[in-house]
Amino acid sequence: MAFLEGNALFRNLYCLLAGNSGNAQHCGRDGLLPAGWEWLAFALVGFAITFLLLSAFLLLTMFYTYLERRLLGRFQGRIGPNRAGPFGLLQPVADAIKLLTKESIVPQGADWLLYNLAPLMMVVVMFMVLAVIPFGKHTFIADLNVGVLFIIAVTSVNALAVFMAGIASGNRYALFGGMRAVAQLISYEVPMVLSIVGVLLLAGSLSLVEIVEAQVIPFFLLQPLGLFIFVVSASAEMNRPPFDQLEAESEIVAGYHTEYGGMKFGLFYLAEYAAVLTTSGVIATLFLDGWEGPLLPSHVWFLMKVFFLAFIFIWVRATLPRVRIDQTMAFAWKFLLPLGIINVFMTAAELLLFGHEEAGGQGIVLSTADLWLMSVVNFAVAVVGIGAFSRLVSLRTPALPVSAPKPSAAEVV
Amino acid sequence: MPMRSEPVTVNVGPQHPSTHGVFRLRITFDGEVILDAEPVFGYLHRGSEKLAEERTYTQVITLTDRLDYVASMTNNQAYVLACEKLAGVQPPERGMYLRVIAAELQRIASHLMATGFLLNDLGAFATPLMYCFRERERILDLFEMLCGARITLSYMRVGGVFQDAPEEFWPALRIFLGEMPHYIDEYERLLSENEILVTRTKGVSVLTVDQALNGSVTGPVLRATGFPWDLRKVDPYEVYGRVKFDVPLGRAGDNYDRFKIRIDEMRQSLRIVEQCVEQIEPGPVRADVPALVRPPVGDAYSRIEGPKGELGFYLVSDGSVAPYRFKIRSPSFINLTVLRDMLIGWKLADMIVTLGSIDINMGEVDR
Amino acid sequence: MYGLGILNGFMVTLKNFIRRPFTISYPEQRAPQHPRFRGEEFTWYEERCTGCASCAKFCPLGIIRIVTHPSQETPAEGDSYAIDVFDIDIGRCMFCGLCVEACPYDALFMGSGFEEAKYRRQDLVISVERLRTAEKRPSTWYRPQLEAQNYDPRRGEPMTWQGAGREPWPYHLPLRPTTEEMTTDREAKP
Repeated sequence: MAFLEGNALFRNLYCLLAGNSGNAQHCGRDGLLPAGWEWLAFALVGFAITFLLLSAFLLLTMFYTYLERRLLGRFQGRIGPNRAGPFGLLQPVADAIKLLTKESIVPQGADWLLYNLAPLMMVVVMFMVLAVIPFGKHTFIADLNVGVLFIIAVTSVNALAVFMAGIASGNRYALFGGMRAVAQLISYEVPMVLSIVGVLLLAGSLSLVEIVEAQVIPFFLLQPLGLFIFVVSASAEMNRPPFDQLEAESEIVAGYHTEYGGMKFGLFYLAEYAAVLTTSGVIATLFLDGWEGPLLPSHVWFLMKVFFLAFIFIWVRATLPRVRIDQTMAFAWKFLLPLGIINVFMTAAELLLFGHEEAGGQGIVLSTADLWLMSVVNFAVAVVGIGAFSRLVSLRTPALPVSAPKPSAAEVV
Repeated sequence: MPMRSEPVTVNVGPQHPSTHGVFRLRITFDGEVILDAEPVFGYLHRGSEKLAEERTYTQVITLTDRLDYVASMTNNQAYVLACEKLAGVQPPERGMYLRVIAAELQRIASHLMATGFLLNDLGAFATPLMYCFRERERILDLFEMLCGARITLSYMRVGGVFQDAPEEFWPALRIFLGEMPHYIDEYERLLSENEILVTRTKGVSVLTVDQALNGSVTGPVLRATGFPWDLRKVDPYEVYGRVKFDVPLGRAGDNYDRFKIRIDEMRQSLRIVEQCVEQIEPGPVRADVPALVRPPVGDAYSRIEGPKGELGFYLVSDGSVAPYRFKIRSPSFINLTVLRDMLIGWKLADMIVTLGSIDINMGEVDR
Repeated sequence: MYGLGILNGFMVTLKNFIRRPFTISYPEQRAPQHPRFRGEEFTWYEERCTGCASCAKFCPLGIIRIVTHPSQETPAEGDSYAIDVFDIDIGRCMFCGLCVEACPYDALFMGSGFEEAKYRRQDLVISVERLRTAEKRPSTWYRPQLEAQNYDPRRGEPMTWQGAGREPWPYHLPLRPTTEEMTTDREAKP
């Protein structure tokens, strides 16, 4: 419980309910609940804060869907949604109402349970990630000491959700989407984890709060290659262009959610956009110094960083064409993975070179001058590495020599 | 370890977001690899050829608008040329220049649409499509000035064009000619050097010259293979003999060449329009042809270089006011015949791009 | 190579991001409409119409229906036939303008509007009553005499039938033949 003490909102609510009794808290007055009911106070306050966070996050996601459509419009020379409410701000609300009032259909060939479970899984996963992201100074639900591991573990589940949706729909396009999901999402986990290893080496901790606090200079300066790999593989993980293979609309209609309609589709949609915000949050925490920043309050800084990253994702979506699925896979294994390994080695070697043991046994510490030197070296490595690999690695594959079989009449749908 | 896999047959279309209309492909896949592809069409068949037999020669112009509905001007042009050949009418100079200006503008519009949709099929979320449509709208604005419509133009008549261009058309055209090259540069900067696009299209779905000639493929698809065949050069009609332009050629005959050649052709079309604007002189725009054309008994075939390939009209006259037989040689339809050869062995994603690079139009395929 | 092409693309989209959007919000703003625009509703001057039904004959779809009866009280330049029915089914019309081109007496003009959406198909048929009473804003399509006046149907006053004038096409009759000419001609032929 110690990790919650820093949170003012939690402390005040807890004191209101539990008061001075029980734990080593010093509220200075009696609470509403009698002694011995601290667990209830803890649970209630936990629920309240989670509810607050989720509501705030959902609102933010709704705003983000509006923002993305609006900005995409501007990138394309259009205006974007501007009819519902002032400047079209109520467009997400209108969309939600429309999706909620639609009939919920389960196709005939579908597996009922998996079909209905998949969208839920997708959304729940996205919300679970929120638990460990610090949104500002002392503002988090849980400061897990294995925070990064938790995020990686939890987000892997959405591969399963997508695959379930693809398999359960009983549609061949959805099957294509599901199969692509398995291949792509699992492949990109590897470079993503490798890119985080560099950050972990520098910070010496898996806790997100401690990672932020460890950033003497923001890690994107020290880990340019790591940031690049993380952004690319994260956009593949959350199915953003140019790696939107799972639902590539010009190829496989809508991929895994071809057969979904109504609010079930809405949940996929929500999860997709929520993923952008959570991923931006994770990137901001790991690489952009999290909530830290001069003058403005920490929450504002965090939101600004998140929306800056979201803007980059929108920009990428507006610009790049889609990569073919085999090239996507080749990119992960031939390009990102070796670069990731190089990055880990470079960081480790630099820590050995520059680092020196602190007297208190706090692990390896670097002086600021050394950090700047490291930054310069790493930027050079990043540029050379990306250049060399784009020269060496060819993603092109020739046509497969196939002898066309005649499909029997029964196979033709 | 070899894995056992089963082929799966998928109907791509007729309700698919990127089959360019109601086109259906029955494809056998092994995983993502195409084993066999069979185009199925006819979903947009409207019986244009039969309908034309019931209409007078002038009324048929409205039918030709609806063949390739993104390039009405060139359809009009090909048809009226056939009629003129049949009736032995020589249109006046100014009329021919106006026709060539309109047809070249239409070629730019059609290529813009083809490029935009090709890039959209590549997955570049509608951005290049919107940019291409921005310029296409300006061409359609010019057409609106010229003939009062934007898509189904019906501008040309047997013996010329129906009416001279209005005063406001010429300055607007000059502004467009001045600005368009910058926009073409912008498309090139946007994607043509893009590594993702290059990896996805270079060397993909290669069409050799022999295959192309065997399938009697024409237009940009043939020229992308490196075979110099442009009817505007080979068999000049109207005033194409009097203007200078190059015929851009590809080398490999892959998807990238087919994409690039359209951008180069847009530049050449601008050159042609510029020269026509220089050369055009005042005068009548329409020959003295009666409203009800009654060509003598006989037949005529006339062909032009349409945006998608050789567009030909074959007309048989029995001396009445309506054609006895009306046959369309539509380039989209004939270019489709090589689709199967181009697809086999490639991936699902390439299928969409290859289809986009052929630039078919279902109105013309099914007629 | 080296991802420079991708960066180029990013610059182009950023440039367009800063530019003003080229689309407009339709009901509030409108794209400029050119005077030759072939609009949906037709403009018809009864004073000129002789009921010859050339327009009906030239229509590729046959959607114009005209019924006349002989009458002595025909207006202005019209022939001695009065119009009972003049139905144009714009539900099937493709606005090719061949009817306007066919009209020998400049009685029929293309309209200039494009907002004729209706809830029922029957409402799409423009009746003779509507043609008579509608505000006359003819398109200048195929009417060079209107273009010569710099007439813009979207601006200025509605056009009267005298103002609309006659077109100078060589293959249209310069003047309406008198009734005597018509009758003698008809009798002369077997």
